[in-house]
Amino acid sequence: MNKSDSVRPPVLALRGVSKSFGAVRALRDVSLELHAGEAHALAGENGAGKSTLIKTLAGVHRPDVGEVLLNGEPVVFHGPKDARDAGIAVIYQEPTLFPDLTIAENIFMGRQPRRSLGRIDHRAVRRTTGELMRRLGVSLDADRLARGLSIADQQIVEIAKALSFDARVLIMDEPTAALTGSEVARLFSVVEALRAEGAAVLFISHRLEEIFSLCQRVTTLRDGRWISSEPVAGLTEDDLVRRMVGRDLDELYPKQQTTIGQVALSVRRLTREGVFRDVSFEVRRGEIVALAGLVGAGRTEVAQAVFGVDRADAGEVRVDGRALPPASPTAAMDAGLALVPEDRRQRGLVMEMSIERNIGLTGLGSLGRGGLVRRALERGRAADWAARLQLKYNRLSDSVEVLSGGNQQKVVLAKWLATKPSVLIVDEPTRGIDVGTKAEVHRALSALAADGLAVLMISSDLPEVLGMADRVLVMHEGLLVAEIPRSEATEESVMAAATGRNTHSGRAA
Amino acid sequence: MAMAPEPTGPAAGEAAPIAFEWSRLLRWDVAVGILLVAVFATGAGSTSDFASSSNLSFALNDIAEVGLIALPMTLLVVAGQIDLSVASMLGLASSLVGQLWDAGWTFETIVPVVLVVGVLGGLLNGWLVTSVGLPSLAVTIGTLTLFRGLASVVLGTEAVTQFPATYTDWVREDVPGTFVPYPIALFAVVAVVTAVVLHATGVGRSLYAIGSQEDAAFFAGIRVRRIKLVLFAVSGLFAAFAGIVYTLRYGSARADNGLGLEMVVIASVLLGGVDFNGGRGTLGGAVAGLLLIGILKNLLTLNDVTNEVQVIVTGLLLVLSVLTPRLVESVTTRRQSRALRAGDAPTPPPPSPRPGLSTRTG
Repeated sequence: MNKSDSVRPPVLALRGVSKSFGAVRALRDVSLELHAGEAHALAGENGAGKSTLIKTLAGVHRPDVGEVLLNGEPVVFHGPKDARDAGIAVIYQEPTLFPDLTIAENIFMGRQPRRSLGRIDHRAVRRTTGELMRRLGVSLDADRLARGLSIADQQIVEIAKALSFDARVLIMDEPTAALTGSEVARLFSVVEALRAEGAAVLFISHRLEEIFSLCQRVTTLRDGRWISSEPVAGLTEDDLVRRMVGRDLDELYPKQQTTIGQVALSVRRLTREGVFRDVSFEVRRGEIVALAGLVGAGRTEVAQAVFGVDRADAGEVRVDGRALPPASPTAAMDAGLALVPEDRRQRGLVMEMSIERNIGLTGLGSLGRGGLVRRALERGRAADWAARLQLKYNRLSDSVEVLSGGNQQKVVLAKWLATKPSVLIVDEPTRGIDVGTKAEVHRALSALAADGLAVLMISSDLPEVLGMADRVLVMHEGLLVAEIPRSEATEESVMAAATGRNTHSGRAA
Repeated sequence: MAMAPEPTGPAAGEAAPIAFEWSRLLRWDVAVGILLVAVFATGAGSTSDFASSSNLSFALNDIAEVGLIALPMTLLVVAGQIDLSVASMLGLASSLVGQLWDAGWTFETIVPVVLVVGVLGGLLNGWLVTSVGLPSLAVTIGTLTLFRGLASVVLGTEAVTQFPATYTDWVREDVPGTFVPYPIALFAVVAVVTAVVLHATGVGRSLYAIGSQEDAAFFAGIRVRRIKLVLFAVSGLFAAFAGIVYTLRYGSARADNGLGLEMVVIASVLLGGVDFNGGRGTLGGAVAGLLLIGILKNLLTLNDVTNEVQVIVTGLLLVLSVLTPRLVESVTTRRQSRALRAGDAPTPPPPSPRPGLSTRTG
């Protein structure tokens, strides 16, 4: 696959690295080689040690045992700056740019080219930024403020910044988690271009198909141990999943047969000016209805208007036949509606609160008499749902911050299922969580539907939509454009509707 | 105090077994309580008269108004809000008491009217914050000036002083058989109620949720706006009530009564370890902070330390109270994160401990 292997030492490598944090052994005897001109995937479930590995490469952590090799020579990074000076750049899932500075200013923050008397050479800054953007093959205006840039564009800016440092190793930690299909495609073409220029890329993603389309080699970690490093060619997705989880995964989409009952949620002509209009649909008991569409089509906004966190300008929402008052999440909850929001860190959970308090938050009126909260009931409610959803935790009094993304999502689910809803709306229920937990979330949703819960599932993950839904509703630019029964739902039919067939497609988020 | 067993304090992470005992010791509110006892013991040992019941009665009564205002303030700060207009509301209430008394109203009429004005003032703050969507800091800086201005309009620069002893006595006398003045006894009762609300009710849970992540609280069906509105109204109510107490205790109604007192209130709350950013703190801590400031002031006065120096001491304490929990926290979280973020970090790493990483601009 890669001829340079034998000729030149890897640009960056780990050899026999172990790293412990207290009693926790995060990495045990892990080795990894990154070669120039090669995109290398790092696979593993949450908690497998990927982040620790990245941080070791980025100079944040120093290995307890083993060494980091730069061009074959052992090096010690005393901090992130050393790693950066050695040409190693890390792109995170959510970039942090200064919103009130321009793209160019962000790229050259702290090391602007100077003219006499220390004045910043703005022309040079802009010119160099323009060159960087051309190298990346994207058209972003150097003078544009970072505020309002999509996450995809922000990542491009981060990559441009890495280039301006002459980075030879680009480490990308789940860069695609929040991107739309077309944005992913653009990111990949940028990465391809960099690879062609001789950069070494380390790529992390939970989406297996991305690993297969972008990378040449893949290293798998499990429980901090090195499992395998091998060419991607010749592997199947099942092979990779098996390496990651160490067992054959049960079906990823365990859809159960259910009897579909009464209408539980009925939405009629719901409209929010400029966002979506005339949205009407029904969800029945026992049914999982997927709401598909491109990012920005208005799906999340519909869900939020149904639940009442946003005010609809017109239309009606009924739960079990009862009309909901507008813009009252409290009334919606009382009527039996639950919303698991897309942004679990901002909206789903109070991050610094404990697991039990987060789960209790939706039932504060029912945990004791006279508005009092009885600890025992609060803890019992949490323990009950933690067990039902197989939550992995140390103590219920631990803050949810310390949980992995998948387990955080289970806490959000628990928090809402504990309200015993008749209608559950889940917005991107498995985004950014690992394969094993994903299957568990799917199994839970499927079992809930079988028990008679009506589920409305917003998802941008097409296999998930096709695998889980009894019916697929598709939105395009604020309108509900298609309703596709399970038997007729295919990637093609859903995507055709989502992109509006003859209208212009590929809207950015 | 009767409550606060819940480690929501600054070092509340029971998360890592390794850090557990540390976090217990390092809880800021507990530390302030220990400091309070230490200062008290030192004062009793070094300054004669300090521990006498008459001095304690005086010292306690001196913090009555600050204490009454500090209770709802604690709830506000936990919910990530602040009310800077409280001392001006106290002054407005005092002016109204004086003006209405001068106009021949009975005290039985004056008190409810003044309390209603307090609630209205609080509702104005709450409405500007919840419906107009302004930050409470900005809103209450505005009403701080507004209420003080209204106080001057009501009473001008004069002072009304002839209040009959039947009314002034109850704020000056002790509960029979104790050295606890009536206002402080009332404070203690309200403090217990407030503590129960904050630490053992759904409303209290909601306050912490609103203070740490308002969006998540709203998405969990918590009536965020209503709760905030009520909090500001209660804050106004207690400020007005404190104005009545203040007026009677000093026997003098003036528009500039309690000038700058909001800073003492906020200093007490923050010194007690209630996080200025919301979401953390205990009522026990706030009360400890309040008592500490009160006792220090009393001790300094007994030792003939000038008022200027006292102000400086209070200021230093305030800076210290904001600074120290942060330092303690950064030490403990670093300790914990070393232990916890061992595997794949479940969350994007906090930007703070990784300065200068190339891809981070922050």
